[in-house]
Amino acid sequence: MDTESTYSGYSYYSSHSKKSHRPGERTRERHKSPRNKDGRGSEKSVTIQAPTGEPLLANDSARTEEVQDDNWGETTTAITGTSEHSISQEDIARISKDMEDSVGLDCKRYLGLTVASFLGLLVFLTPVAFILLPPILWREELEPCGTICEGLFISVSFKLLILLIGTWALFFRKQRADVPRVFVFRALLLVLIFLFVVSYWLFYGVRILDSRDRNYQGIVQYAVSLVDALLFIHYLAIILLELRQLQPMFTLQVVRSTDGESRFYSLGHLSIQRAALVVLENYYKDFTIYNPNLLTASKFRAAKHMAGLKVYNVDGPSNNATGQSRAMIAAAARRRDSSHNELYYEEAEHERRVKKRRARLVVAVEEAFLHIQRLQAEEQQKAPGEVMEPREAAQAIFPSMARALQRYLRATRQQHFHSMESILQHLACCITNGMTPKAFLERYLSAGPTLQYDKERWLSTQWRLISDEAVTNGLRDGIVFVLKCLDFSLVVNVKKIPFIVLSEEFIDPKSHKFVLRLQSETSV
Amino acid sequence: IGEPVPPQRVEIHKLRQGENLILGFSIGGGIDQDPSQNPFSEDKTDKGIYVTRVSEGGPAEIAGLQIGDKIMQVNGWDMTMVTHDQARKRLTKRSEEVVRLLVTRQSLQKAVQQSMLS
Repeated sequence: MDTESTYSGYSYYSSHSKKSHRPGERTRERHKSPRNKDGRGSEKSVTIQAPTGEPLLANDSARTEEVQDDNWGETTTAITGTSEHSISQEDIARISKDMEDSVGLDCKRYLGLTVASFLGLLVFLTPVAFILLPPILWREELEPCGTICEGLFISVSFKLLILLIGTWALFFRKQRADVPRVFVFRALLLVLIFLFVVSYWLFYGVRILDSRDRNYQGIVQYAVSLVDALLFIHYLAIILLELRQLQPMFTLQVVRSTDGESRFYSLGHLSIQRAALVVLENYYKDFTIYNPNLLTASKFRAAKHMAGLKVYNVDGPSNNATGQSRAMIAAAARRRDSSHNELYYEEAEHERRVKKRRARLVVAVEEAFLHIQRLQAEEQQKAPGEVMEPREAAQAIFPSMARALQRYLRATRQQHFHSMESILQHLACCITNGMTPKAFLERYLSAGPTLQYDKERWLSTQWRLISDEAVTNGLRDGIVFVLKCLDFSLVVNVKKIPFIVLSEEFIDPKSHKFVLRLQSETSV
Repeated sequence: IGEPVPPQRVEIHKLRQGENLILGFSIGGGIDQDPSQNPFSEDKTDKGIYVTRVSEGGPAEIAGLQIGDKIMQVNGWDMTMVTHDQARKRLTKRSEEVVRLLVTRQSLQKAVQQSMLS
């Protein structure tokens, strides 16, 4: 399990030696990468991010890491002088914990792998050993056994081949995640296989090796029975590990803590840690990318609302904190101010501005795309001078839409997600595949899921699972667990799919009959 | 609420207007009609003939017929199980100049309520 570790003497730059392995981590503050066409690549100015609250550190880390890209060895002395007093305790804990986590989990992963492979090897060599040992040890006393044994040899070899392919398919898949606890079913299966093979060896050792049994056919049949039983264990493994979870039993509601975006997923009987894995895998493709710039406004609004109130204690120096805060809340609620008005007009104005810029952008892109024409194969030989590759074509038309695009991205606060290089690449790809301007623009008009952006923008791939139940427990109705990463957390609520009672009703198609009902009024 | 009103006998003298003899009211209802749309009936499955309108100053008003009355008999003919057209025919026989109706109406207050609601 994760260990809480405090800053215990790791110096700042030694932790950066891990940087090469995990480029994703440190780029959290990388709104200033040099590839960003906004030109914020090399600026040292501070971006204030309310959620992180560490502007000074952002400043330093940007500078040090960019220098470090070239030659960090020479500049370490310069780093320590300024950075030591601007690191906060939280950041230090995070850095050292990241380092420790990576070391610990690698060991655990390789340990599991080696145990499993060792066991697998043992399992495969056992039947072969059973068959080969008697001829090696006491060939003279062995009864000859003709076609029956040969038939059994063939069946053993094919069954072993099938077992080999099945085990490779089921167990030796690339592990896609590190989980905190061991998988219970896998461990149980390994134990079962181990006990099984050990008991077979015991029996073999006592009854056959010691007593030098001469009935070779019996021995071969014993080996065949072992292989059959192994195939059945493999079947059991498929059922337990794969098939049982397929039928959906629970619906998980996943809510992101920063902006409330939520999604629902259906799962079967899984342990909490595996359910967390499924949620995270779907997070990267379903949730829009986390944008810290969109969150800063609400806190300031609330702070401004409460700002003008002060509590004066007239009755003497009593330190009634709860009474004071209650009084403040009540006064703020009663206070008649116009912050809601401001919000409304501000949002309306923002909408209008965004729409206007979007209109300009769409027009600019459509005009730009008009200039590009695809050359047919016959025409390609005619004008070799002007023929361009897709990349060159993209670079040719990009300047006409660059300004409009940049202004739109600024208005929707997405400018740090797209670098000029990525936009050019996307444009070249769209031109190559004959996409319309609208198809090209879709990526920029609204925020997409995290997978759509470069890997550096993914921010964190390290998550922590916070749950008050053991994470190897199965899912149950009402469980709530939290998946926390550096910037936000995902709150997962488990609900059971209700038991549905479905009954049938037969309606004769001929029974659909209608009549006209009137209400007339007649004068007499 | 008021006591229930006993059936009334109303005698209407038809008025000659050109070629026609008119009575000065309108009827609704009948066994071929939809009783649930009748605003005057207490029981919404009642398929009887109801007075839906009484014209001002007409013979029916003079004789005392009121809106919402249910017509039970016309000159001895039963009107509780007739179609709308049959009812009309029985009321507009050219050979009769006087029709004697047997009508029931709900209690006064209910009649007022119903006429206000409809």
